[in-house]
Amino acid sequence: MDCVVTGGNVKVLAKAIHSLSRIGDELYLEPQENGLALRSVNSSRSAYACFLFSPLFFSRYTIPCGHAFRCKMAIKCVQAVFRSLSSLEKTVEKCHIELDGEKSRLTFTLHCKHGLLKTHNLSFQDSESLQAVFDKESCANMLRAQPRLLVDTVLHFPPSLEEVSVSVSGERVWFRNHVDDEAEQSKAMLTELCLSSDEFDHFAVGAQTSITFCLKELRGLLVFAESTGLPVSVYFDEPGRPLVLSVTDSVLEVNFVLATLSDDSNLRNHNNNNTKQARSPPPPDDFMNDDIDSYLIAMETSELAGPSDAPAPRSPSPNHTLTTQPSVAIHRRRLESGEEEEEEEETEDTERPPNKKFRSLFFGSVCPSDSQLTNQTIKSQEVLASDSDDDTQASLP
Amino acid sequence: MPLSTQSQTGDDNYVLVASLDNVRNLSNILKAITFKDHAIFNATPNGLKVTVEDSKCLQANAFIQAEIFQEFTIREDSVGFQVNLTVLLDCLTIFGGSTVPGVATALRMCYNGYGYPLTLFLEECGVVTVCKINTQEPDEPIDFEFCSTNVTNKVILQSESLKEAFSELDMTSEVLQITMSPSQPYFRLSTFGNSGNAHYDYPKDSDMMELFQCTKTQSNRYKMSLLKPSTKALALSCKVSVRTDGRGFLSLQYLVRNDDGQICFVEYYCCPDEEVEEE
Repeated sequence: MDCVVTGGNVKVLAKAIHSLSRIGDELYLEPQENGLALRSVNSSRSAYACFLFSPLFFSRYTIPCGHAFRCKMAIKCVQAVFRSLSSLEKTVEKCHIELDGEKSRLTFTLHCKHGLLKTHNLSFQDSESLQAVFDKESCANMLRAQPRLLVDTVLHFPPSLEEVSVSVSGERVWFRNHVDDEAEQSKAMLTELCLSSDEFDHFAVGAQTSITFCLKELRGLLVFAESTGLPVSVYFDEPGRPLVLSVTDSVLEVNFVLATLSDDSNLRNHNNNNTKQARSPPPPDDFMNDDIDSYLIAMETSELAGPSDAPAPRSPSPNHTLTTQPSVAIHRRRLESGEEEEEEEETEDTERPPNKKFRSLFFGSVCPSDSQLTNQTIKSQEVLASDSDDDTQASLP
Repeated sequence: MPLSTQSQTGDDNYVLVASLDNVRNLSNILKAITFKDHAIFNATPNGLKVTVEDSKCLQANAFIQAEIFQEFTIREDSVGFQVNLTVLLDCLTIFGGSTVPGVATALRMCYNGYGYPLTLFLEECGVVTVCKINTQEPDEPIDFEFCSTNVTNKVILQSESLKEAFSELDMTSEVLQITMSPSQPYFRLSTFGNSGNAHYDYPKDSDMMELFQCTKTQSNRYKMSLLKPSTKALALSCKVSVRTDGRGFLSLQYLVRNDDGQICFVEYYCCPDEEVEEE
């Protein structure tokens, strides 16, 4: 294998490697007919990324003939070759990647200014093929945006945030931080951003849906996309199906495939072909139509009584406080059994901000007390490992 | 820690008095060789030489000529003592290390001779601090017996490019190998780390190469831990000369310009690593 990258493309290559380092610890390298593929996957196999550089990206691209060559190496070692990204543009004229089959070494040679030559001989391991199976085109929903938009959006979430939830309707998309049900409710801070469809280059929502996935991996892609200025395409379906983030131009195709939290009791799928399935999560907000009243009861009581574990049932009041959350309406429409329900009117009393506990009910975090739960929620609770003891059904009028 | 006492009167007893309008002209250079606590000071009418050594394999010297000082009076041919360099630097930078344009800390360094402490008077904006640091009997610095007649290979490089290489050196490598040769690769720095090996090659016709005099191909390894401190001197310098002699001993000489543009020198001597080289 013998490839040469020149000029600004060296920085693109370096950025790709840094971006891959956000996914996994190992870099899988595979020179293919259609280009050089650099891939990485995380340890739990819930995130996969692939950068495919077409032969046109290189000023020279020769691949080993005969048997396919695949290798993997510690990504930190490759990152060490491309240190100080900022000075790369100014100092590196070209980068030569060569495979020395006899010595099992991959050589990166950087030709720099002033005649300085940096040669890195990295050892590698033969590896199996790393390929995620996904089909972007079959996804029901697709959004495309300038990277700047997404970067500005995720900026609002703390760097420590693990997961983010994205909900779409016909006209809008919401980004929210995902609060674990195990998190202390009183300390949880919920952040939500709403973007309208006209902020996107392309906005095609087939089915209203809400998915939750790991933010860190999205950030990994955004770091790369922002530096290239290329638009990011997001393909997704219902929860549990993988989310695909894609950046393409004429010489480069990037795909990040991330698992999303699934809605039902799906456990992680340990498929050999690496299809992405999520771990069993708390379903965001499932309840049957006729149990809406119980919810409202629960919510009303908790509001009036303050944070209490055992609210007494009272007469339902459909016109309850619910200031924000058009997203709530969406959640209600999406049910485990697929039933549609009439949207209950909610927004009435806008004096007070919604009770946090209430919000968390709708955002899928399960309340600590089982007496507040309705049938449906309990059913959904069954899939949760942590709250498996909350099996008692509250009998509410 | 600095000792603050009433100032001494009279210069009569001092064997060495050295004054600087800007203490940074001394402290900056000393920072470049502070990898060990103790330093051997040797003053002659030519100026001040400060030596720091490590495990008998590495020696760093800083030379501050008499001309750099605003006052440099020495009563004997050679005055020597040993002090704790860390403490000395703490005193020299007692008014804070930051530079404010127009404000400089002045230094007056006085030494009474054998057995007496080193007295430092530091003044900034009318505030005077007096420090007295205990001195010890100076150890004899190692003589690496490195003389120019035995030098086999010598290059002078602009520090800019070496700084980049040194900052990127693979620290998982125990040794730094320096290869100098009249033919390819001319001047090469190599590391052998966990991920593989890396080479930094400087061609002899590079515009970073100010002088290239290599007579024979030599490849020597030096412990990375010993050479790492030299990066501080490299950072301060504008030029560096790299020389090896027949035994493989390494001499690195750094040309440092101080705040006032005056030239000082820092040099490092290092023994080659005893392990047998392969290839």
